[in-house]
Amino acid sequence: MTDCIEEFRSRILERKPLRLRGGGSKDFYGGPLVGEVLDTRGYSGIVGYEPTELVITARAGTPLAEIKSALATRRQVLACEPPQFGEATVGGAVAAGLSGPRRAVAGSLRDYVLGVKLMDGEGRELNFGGQVMKNVAGFDVSRLVTGSLGTLGLILDVSLKVMPQPVAQATLRFEMAQDKALDALNGWGGQPVPLAASCWQDDVLTLRLSGAQAAVTAACEKLGGERMAEQEATNFWDSLREQTTVFFAGPDTHAPLWRLSVPSVAPPLDLPGAQLVEWGGAQRWLRGAADAAQLREIAAKAGGHATLFRGGDKTGGVFAPLSPALMEVHRRLKQSFDPYGVFNPGRLYPEL
Amino acid sequence: MSHSEQTVDRATDLANPDRAALLADLARVLPAEALLFADEDLKPYECDGLTAYRCLPWAVVLPRNDQEVVAALKVCHARQVPVVARGAGTGLSGGATPVVQGVVLSLARFMRILEIDPLARLARVQPGVRNLAISEAAAPHGLYYAPDPSSQIACTIGGNIAENAGGVHCLKYGLTLHNVLKLRVALVNGEVIEIGSHALDEPGYDLLALMIGSEGMLGVVLEATVKLTPKPRTAQVVMASFDSVIDAGNAVAAIIAAGIIPAGLEMMDKLATAAVEDFVHAGYDLSAAAILLAESDGTAEEVAEEIATMSTLLENSGARELRISRNEAERLKFWAGRKAAFPAVGRITPDYLCMDGTIPRKHLSHVLTRIAELSAEFHLRCANVFHAGDGNLHPLIMFDARIPGETERAIAFGAKILELSVDVGGTITGEHGVGIEKVQQMCVQFSREELDAFHAVKAAFDPLTLLNPGKAVPYPRHCSEYRLTGSAR
Repeated sequence: MTDCIEEFRSRILERKPLRLRGGGSKDFYGGPLVGEVLDTRGYSGIVGYEPTELVITARAGTPLAEIKSALATRRQVLACEPPQFGEATVGGAVAAGLSGPRRAVAGSLRDYVLGVKLMDGEGRELNFGGQVMKNVAGFDVSRLVTGSLGTLGLILDVSLKVMPQPVAQATLRFEMAQDKALDALNGWGGQPVPLAASCWQDDVLTLRLSGAQAAVTAACEKLGGERMAEQEATNFWDSLREQTTVFFAGPDTHAPLWRLSVPSVAPPLDLPGAQLVEWGGAQRWLRGAADAAQLREIAAKAGGHATLFRGGDKTGGVFAPLSPALMEVHRRLKQSFDPYGVFNPGRLYPEL
Repeated sequence: MSHSEQTVDRATDLANPDRAALLADLARVLPAEALLFADEDLKPYECDGLTAYRCLPWAVVLPRNDQEVVAALKVCHARQVPVVARGAGTGLSGGATPVVQGVVLSLARFMRILEIDPLARLARVQPGVRNLAISEAAAPHGLYYAPDPSSQIACTIGGNIAENAGGVHCLKYGLTLHNVLKLRVALVNGEVIEIGSHALDEPGYDLLALMIGSEGMLGVVLEATVKLTPKPRTAQVVMASFDSVIDAGNAVAAIIAAGIIPAGLEMMDKLATAAVEDFVHAGYDLSAAAILLAESDGTAEEVAEEIATMSTLLENSGARELRISRNEAERLKFWAGRKAAFPAVGRITPDYLCMDGTIPRKHLSHVLTRIAELSAEFHLRCANVFHAGDGNLHPLIMFDARIPGETERAIAFGAKILELSVDVGGTITGEHGVGIEKVQQMCVQFSREELDAFHAVKAAFDPLTLLNPGKAVPYPRHCSEYRLTGSAR
């Protein structure tokens, strides 16, 4: 593993653009792929796993699948459900910062990051955070790095908080128009109902409950709907997380996929194409060609932002533009961690 | 003559020309009642909850709105005068201790709850709003703000954000970091930015994570949107006494291994238990080596299920006595002692230092044994209160500042405990912040390069190092001095 680190360092010290890459499962995501590939998969393996302390530490190149199976042996999970999209590594998952169907309730991947070891543009190994849940020593750089698309440095090791598998689960289905579904989801969100995930599409709301057996049973009775068989339900939520359903991966794959992140209480959005709503209303997917500027305006008016998630014309930018003051802070942060512009240039914003 | 002109006249009487000029500038942009500069008015601001360190600032400003904050910041920025933002001043690490020849920016007047949106489950509040006031305002909707630091009656959300405050329920409900959605922040030059969103994420770097816990060094929070959580229907706590701390630690591990995340999981050692029992009369078992409080919340069925499972696990781990709260009054009574642990210890000693290391729980018995040895070495008593679920240990070092040398001994003892936390793979501060108290121990936890990175992060927001300078991140010279004393690695 020392060889790996030294190879990474010597590549970084060449000061030429590098494209940091684990399993390549998210090559589709973000701005243009620039620079020579630095493959992290040789730097792999679980370094530590303490089930009773709820923490796992792994090298960046460790496949997410390996981490999930290790956790499963102790009936634990990554509660934020980062997607695998094929062969994702844990380093790539943290760099992208994506979370799955449970995000609205369980929190995002960033919420579960406890520590990161980073190699910066000078080839220095820097440790931020740690292996404990409460830690306010120094600025929270490990979470700053989460979702930065590899633009601040090469993630070497990651420590994540893990959670117990839910004792009981149930999936319910309701025939419901989008506005009614949004009302219902926000209403339930304010009550002590063991919600875990939600998905609305084509006038069907699918709801996942999880928690103590008694709580799930009581909620099923209270909410009604049609209960899905458990295996079918597991497949449904897995394929939603992995975006292998027809909506995401169907025949019309040339149509771009937009992700609109808005407050859960935002009313149904008038969008040009098929929609799928997750996260209790806070994540809305659009499949279809749309005018980027117009979509961004719709999202902004609703209090959120729009991302060109997959496909489409990226020349207008992938992520919603930042205000000049915010971009200035971003630029300075980038400059301080990556003074020579080595790491994934332009993957997040052309300026970074 | 207007109020502000009078202010200027008084200001010019003051000896230091730089100070006089600063006060004159501040008086031009602030109403008279928003600017304090007489010694007797400054006195209450000379320290925060860490009373061992004091410093009289040049001035205290008490703005009433964003415009006045921005104006005060612009004056200080132009004159390159340091600014220390302050909430209720309950912090325990000196995060709000004034800096020499600096200004204290008190947000005490920012105390309005601007909006409670029960459907969206969020509250938009000003930074000077008290932590508990948010929960009180949300209560009619069956909602509350989850993080509950011990000082929640007094401490403000702005201070909670600065320190990433925790509390006894954060194992299940998260820290401040997990419960804040959006901030409006004034940068040091007076520019105002918005960070985060009422949506669940925003494009770009996670500046929200960076801002929370940044100890007032990156910007001044003007407004915060926090997440509200549905209030659990019911809660119950089981109190277990153990003959050994090791058994109690193992019981905690057994509960987590069984897939339970208790709403609260707290431990007190014998000395702490004795101190709080004397104070609140909760009926704690005074002969136990350790007391464990494990709380379950949710629906009545959920709670019954979880309490039963935890009780079995506690018994199997060697608990010699179990008491389950029979009603809400008793539950609160069981908690009263734990929540009052700091003041209770305060009653049995003239002075105490509260440490805040976090350790991997598996090292608990080693750490407690070592603390007991250090206690003998330094001839100072030490009670231990432990957020057992998340490994956050609060040793309370008792001393008498009137006895020459005892304060220094207490500080040295504390430093050893923090270094011990780092040695076992933990951290010097779990929830109280570094402030000035632990700034030297940062040299133990972080390398020169890592500290450089923190300085660079600060410079990205505050290039002139004017916001709370000298706190949280030490300069290389601090570390070389500290290493000379032989404490740092």
